[in-house]
Amino acid sequence: MDEIFGIPAPLLFGQLLLGLINGAFYAMLSLGLAVIFGLLNIINFTHGAQFMMGAFAAWMLLEWAGLGYWWALLLAPIIVGATGVITERLMIRRLYKLDHLYGLLLTFGIGLIIEGIFRNEFGSSGLPYRIPPQLQGSWDLGFMFLPIYRGWVVIFALFACLATWLVIEKTRLGAYLRAATENATLVQAFGVNVPRMITLTYGAGVGLAALAGVLAAPIYSVNPQMGSNLIIVVFAVVVIGGMGSILGSVLTGFGLGIVEGLTKVFWPEASATVIFVIMAIVLLARPAGLFGRG
Amino acid sequence: MMHRRTLLAAGTAAAVMPAPLSRARAQANTIKIGVLNDQSGNYSYIAGLNGVIMAQVAAQEFGNRGFNVEILSADHQNKPDVGANIARQWLDRDGVDMILDVPTSSIGLAVNGICREKNKAYINVGSATADLTGSQCSPNTAHWVYDTYMLAKSTGGAMVRAGGDSWFFITADYAFGHALERDTTTFVRAAGGRVMGGVRYPFPATTDFSSFIVQAQASRAKVIGLANAGQDTTNCIKQIAEFGLTRRGTKVAALLMFIADVHALGLDVAQGLVMTESFYWDMNDRTRTFTQRVRPRLNNGQVPNMVTAGNYSGTLHYLKAVADMGVAAAKASGVDVINRMKAMPTEDDAFGTGTIRPDGRRIIPSFLFEVKSPAESRAPWDYLKLLQTTPAEEAFRPLAEGGCSLVRS
Repeated sequence: MDEIFGIPAPLLFGQLLLGLINGAFYAMLSLGLAVIFGLLNIINFTHGAQFMMGAFAAWMLLEWAGLGYWWALLLAPIIVGATGVITERLMIRRLYKLDHLYGLLLTFGIGLIIEGIFRNEFGSSGLPYRIPPQLQGSWDLGFMFLPIYRGWVVIFALFACLATWLVIEKTRLGAYLRAATENATLVQAFGVNVPRMITLTYGAGVGLAALAGVLAAPIYSVNPQMGSNLIIVVFAVVVIGGMGSILGSVLTGFGLGIVEGLTKVFWPEASATVIFVIMAIVLLARPAGLFGRG
Repeated sequence: MMHRRTLLAAGTAAAVMPAPLSRARAQANTIKIGVLNDQSGNYSYIAGLNGVIMAQVAAQEFGNRGFNVEILSADHQNKPDVGANIARQWLDRDGVDMILDVPTSSIGLAVNGICREKNKAYINVGSATADLTGSQCSPNTAHWVYDTYMLAKSTGGAMVRAGGDSWFFITADYAFGHALERDTTTFVRAAGGRVMGGVRYPFPATTDFSSFIVQAQASRAKVIGLANAGQDTTNCIKQIAEFGLTRRGTKVAALLMFIADVHALGLDVAQGLVMTESFYWDMNDRTRTFTQRVRPRLNNGQVPNMVTAGNYSGTLHYLKAVADMGVAAAKASGVDVINRMKAMPTEDDAFGTGTIRPDGRRIIPSFLFEVKSPAESRAPWDYLKLLQTTPAEEAFRPLAEGGCSLVRS
């Protein structure tokens, strides 16, 4: 059997693939964060809670309305996105003219409150959510057995990231968005309703988090803490990629998933730390992040 | 001036009125038990608030025999610093006489040191590490329902006998995981088995175990030993099933598993797993009556498990010792209470009869169970069938081998 750095090659391929799957979650979450930061200048610390709400929305749709996974994939982002729109209208809107720090504190507080409410209602032990029957089972790839559902996660996440990127870079709406990021007053002078666009952008970013939550529900247990475990890592991803850089956050998300996966082979004890070590190095060498401008 | 006069009046009243005095007397006549455990995290659904409730049930059933019992509780959040702070506050400021439960071995060991330093009684139910009655044993401590040696001997031994002679460990990287892996390795090697490898993952920051599962598969070990507990264990079992390892013949040794885990997994995923407990609600008439009696009090429809029943049993035995020696003497010295507890046999509905050894280890039988298939299960919570009983005197590490300084040969 071929070996690379003393690790059998098939094992290494398996780990790369698994890293890619975790990277898919990082990419989707950091994409939402990057979009929100790019346009709103708000560091959205509620993102983890909104990811968790997406998973819970899937669970509620199934338990209370009898709607399965595929409906949840469609409805959960809309429902959770709507709560995002309300939050933006009622609270976040008031902070645009203030320092970043205020937005960070507000969204962090909202996140804690949401988590507390869910813990109160549902307790802290996980709720079961099954893999949809169409995606059960596994593929034999020769070097490992890949559960079909995990393959689906990667493909779906890639598709979602690509779609978001296309909307922002290639459509008229995206052009408005990018223009408003550069100079909101001027865009408004041309007759574009910038405040509404900002609200909807926040809603879309939140919807992306919820979508990732639905994807995560069948693999991880659905519990109120599931977002806070992930969100710190995702922030590191955004910082490494460069705040506000959409392509950067997607590439870094997948890349760091792979790095983390490899660490789990060579030095498992450090797998929770490796991303932060990279973050420190990147901040020292390129303070604007790998893909950031400035 | 008004303020000072009121104060003066209050002072006079306090001196004249008997009420505050009787309150002070009530304080001196109240035994305070502090239940310290995880109420919000990875291990909270094993005992958590239900662990507190079971201590209250024991206090109520014990009744008032000349003194009052007050139960306090707190959440240590699986953080050793938080747990140690609460324990110190309880003992220094709040007059707590005994600390109970304390899962998460790192915190269990920290509180072990604090209770010894303050000379208070400590009944550990939730922690697994056998070091509590080994290298770190204390005259203030009784270790109540299970430990890593007992789990390793029963579950580990059974797996090796069934042909599982090559192992790969997935271990939580802290005191508990290390102790469980160490003790299981000893039994695997003693039975002629081999350890092919293992990973230690960061606790409690890990939710995705797929990478470790693929490594385990690549090692070609026949048995994956899970040296972890709580949601980590259920996550591992779910993901091992997802990756199809169990279907292709790899065995899973869930070295520490509770009936609450079986419930969370569901029988279709958990069936066929073997696990070790010292209490199961459906063992005999006595445990069934006990379960019927206490279950209406528990949250989330749970039945009592090894840990919550242990909190009941530990509280009861402690209160018996206090009644036996008097409240004043019990408050004065934790060592004396534990010595009194060691001098009398333990006796309760959940665990039957037992004894406490000089090193603090309570000696009771351990039971090896197999999780039933959905077809075999006839009623809610009818989850386990008994495979084998290890008698009390063989279930735990021999007294002389623990390296406890309290044991003199």
